[in-house]
Amino acid sequence: MKDKSIPLFLERRSYRQRRLMDAARLLPLLGALLWMVPLLWPRTQTVQSADAAAVSTSSAILYMFAVWIFLALAALFLSVMLDTKAEAQDSRDD
Amino acid sequence: MATLNILIAVCLGYVAMLFAVAFMAERAALRGRGNWLRSPWIYTLSLSIYCTAWTFYGAVGYAARSGLEFLTIYLGPTLIMVGWWWALRKMVRIGRTQRITSVADLISSRYGKSGVLAVCVTLLAVVGITPYISLQLQSVTLSFSSFAVSDAEGAELIATYDTALWVAVGLALFTILFGTRNLDANERHHGVVMAIAVEAVVKLFALIAVGVFVVWGLAGGVGPMMERIDASQIGQWQVDGGRWVGLTLLSAAAFLTLPRMFQVLVVENEDEGHLRTAAWAFPTYLMLMSLFVVPIAVIGLELMPPGSNPDQFVLTVPLSQGRDGLAMLSFLGGFSSATSMVIVAAIALATMVSNHIVMPIFLRLTQGGASGPSDVRHVVILARRMSIGVVLALGYLYYKVSGGGTALAAIGLVSFAGLAQLLPAMIGGIFWRGATRNGALAGLLVGFAIWAWSLLLPQFGGGALSPGVMEQGPWGIAWLRPEAMFGIEGVDPLLHAALWSLSLNALVFVVVSLISFPSPLERLQGAQFVNIFEHSSNPQSWSGGIAQSEDLMIMAQRILGPAEAQSFFQTEAARQGLAGYLPEPTPDFLARLERELSGAVGGATAHAMVAQIMGAATVSVEDLLAVADETAQMMEYSSQLEAKSSELTRTARQLRAANEKLTQLSVQKDAFLSQISHELRTPMTSIRAFSEILRDADGLQSKDLTRYASIIHAEAIRLTRLLDDLLDLSVLENGQVSLNIREGLLSDVISHSIAATGTDMHALRVRRVGPASEVMLNTDLDRLAQVFINLIANAQKYCDADRPELTIEVNRRGGRIIVDFIDNGSGIPPESQSMVFEKFYRVADRQAGGAGLGLAICREIMARLGGTLGYLPGQGGGAFRVSLPAAQRMAAR
Repeated sequence: MKDKSIPLFLERRSYRQRRLMDAARLLPLLGALLWMVPLLWPRTQTVQSADAAAVSTSSAILYMFAVWIFLALAALFLSVMLDTKAEAQDSRDD
Repeated sequence: MATLNILIAVCLGYVAMLFAVAFMAERAALRGRGNWLRSPWIYTLSLSIYCTAWTFYGAVGYAARSGLEFLTIYLGPTLIMVGWWWALRKMVRIGRTQRITSVADLISSRYGKSGVLAVCVTLLAVVGITPYISLQLQSVTLSFSSFAVSDAEGAELIATYDTALWVAVGLALFTILFGTRNLDANERHHGVVMAIAVEAVVKLFALIAVGVFVVWGLAGGVGPMMERIDASQIGQWQVDGGRWVGLTLLSAAAFLTLPRMFQVLVVENEDEGHLRTAAWAFPTYLMLMSLFVVPIAVIGLELMPPGSNPDQFVLTVPLSQGRDGLAMLSFLGGFSSATSMVIVAAIALATMVSNHIVMPIFLRLTQGGASGPSDVRHVVILARRMSIGVVLALGYLYYKVSGGGTALAAIGLVSFAGLAQLLPAMIGGIFWRGATRNGALAGLLVGFAIWAWSLLLPQFGGGALSPGVMEQGPWGIAWLRPEAMFGIEGVDPLLHAALWSLSLNALVFVVVSLISFPSPLERLQGAQFVNIFEHSSNPQSWSGGIAQSEDLMIMAQRILGPAEAQSFFQTEAARQGLAGYLPEPTPDFLARLERELSGAVGGATAHAMVAQIMGAATVSVEDLLAVADETAQMMEYSSQLEAKSSELTRTARQLRAANEKLTQLSVQKDAFLSQISHELRTPMTSIRAFSEILRDADGLQSKDLTRYASIIHAEAIRLTRLLDDLLDLSVLENGQVSLNIREGLLSDVISHSIAATGTDMHALRVRRVGPASEVMLNTDLDRLAQVFINLIANAQKYCDADRPELTIEVNRRGGRIIVDFIDNGSGIPPESQSMVFEKFYRVADRQAGGAGLGLAICREIMARLGGTLGYLPGQGGGAFRVSLPAAQRMAAR
């Protein structure tokens, strides 16, 4: 949407809101990336040599849930920071 | 030991409690005191219907079988929720502004309120969800039998009564009571949502309680628990990479497309702001639900005898430890999971079936049912109630037919893969304006067919597909084998089916969308959906000025109920500054009314109903487009006029050019005539002079007499030749010449020409070179010889060398035969080279042997024969080139 009344540079606050929206958009991609890390782990079936042991389930659980908690906290942070005004602005420039 | 009777009593008590909660919530909402009902927490908890009995029982079984792979089912929804800014925010906004009532309504509204598409999506949803509902029935049945194992009397009871049937009937009753109590314009069910929220708390609490008991009661804390996990048979990472990614994607897709998820996410949404709470709270809920799954599975594998069903560990582990209370709680948790899912799924499906299948048929049968005698409102409610019954009956039938043997997780995934087929049409619809109805329809059908063939039908064991078909494919077509389509074998069947169905679905959707053209309504809706954050108005523009408000009111009363319709009309009238109940049917009012109605009967039906009443006074998009078309036609007409006038200008220019040419020709003709008279007068003058001398002078000597007579004779001959030439030229120029086509050798023609000019008597020496003179010609040989003779004679006349020599060179170049006549004289001066072929042109200061018509005639002859004659400069003498089309074949060499 081209609106001539929108100035080229936004106020600092609006600028911050825009970047938070960017973060909100990128968060699921980050989450997907982190959760695809297990693809790199050696599996029971593929482990041949004795020194490269498969990842144990307990560490896998720790990793998966750590990422989960991180994502929930990040989403909490973003949803608190992104106020309702942001959406109004976003609707203009989307 | 808990007896089955106690269990049943607890069950009934629990259901009664849910009834009470739902009833109170409805009452509170009705009195407008239900602010707490609209809190984001209730919304988040209602999303928990994603966690069905599949999660409650199945996840533990899944973990016991294949380790951490069960997590994928929760990773997908978590990512979608965390990424709410992308898709969910848009879907909720669309759902609220467009009054979307179901996932079928969303897709059909987006693609031009297409009825066909809505029916297809509805059927797909019914087929896809049926296994899922049967899964819930199965899990409740299984949990009953788990209890019954320790109770002989109960086992007998289970054997006598069909638990699944009773559960299905009970759930149908509950759903009908609370799902179809009212026909709310917003399609929101406060009672049901509240009941679901309570159930969400119960199941989370139950699972965590079992988990805490297992970790701290049985394993002795987190550290020992972790050690036992690593020591168990699922102690190492063993997940297949393809399934890990594939299932995550599938669960993410299903989270968006499952009708029940759409119902709670979009339809029941009270406020867009709730999403920002759910964005982090729901992932947390999912995380807590899966936190204790692995510990329960590991302890279950240790404690329970081999061969016991791991899907029941949540129940059997507490039971085996004598914790009947905990087992009871756990049972209630599972029961909650199953019931909440079935209730919402049945409501969502019933809404779709009644809005998109029953109502259109009913409206068609009653021919304008809106103003007919029957009460539409009753029909809608009845249709919903029956749909709920049918949906549950189908689930029960599937349970009976499939034998209920497959692991819970497997059935759930079949369902997921089926519903995921809606994803391309849905996501494409809200993000891509180019997506068309035909594309969505084609993609859906392809995806659905592949899914049914490669995943759903093989589920029925030996019943639906014979082993032969599974092994060799239908009719022996190997690449159509259900589990190895297109010849790719050895892939996990689920992954195989999901991969082929989704990728071909998306491909067909995109390709057909690209090549098809959407209808006007489709394009408008597409723009509305894709740019939902820019527009908020309804695309439909109604207008009317006649007294149709009353008809509208009658219809609205039937659908919304009298009280609600009257208050709506009154508000609208007040908004227009009118007293009473009948507002003017302005486009604004009609758009709002249609939206109001679409909440009850779906977008397409509401549109059709308003259209029926507004009748001819309706300005539809098509009408507007017709107006636009007329404008376009006028513009086209004027542009045609413009084109015509420019054509006229062009014609005038051409006429001017033609006129100039004619003037030039006339000048040329005058010049030609004066030339000719001049040419004719010269011999005439001498003939007259000498004949006068012969007549008048006396005493002429016979020697003079003879001389004068021979002069007259020569001049007469010259005159005759000139006239012959002129005649010849005019015949040639008019194209009236008749050619005498014959076959002959080029060398013969040249020899004949040389002989005819009598070169042996002159000093001119003729040299013939070139390999290609043995060429067969198919042309007028006499005329060609005439050209050659003229050229040789010219060389005789004008070659000014001391030892004149003419070279005749024959060549073959491409498809043409080239004959060059080159002499060794001084040639034609450059300024005259372009003129030698003009009539009566003679190269200056040479003795005039002819009338200057020879070369002009030659050039005309060559043009008639399909060849050319030109002057060839730069050959060290006068040089003319004759070029002829080659004959079809060469002479024998």
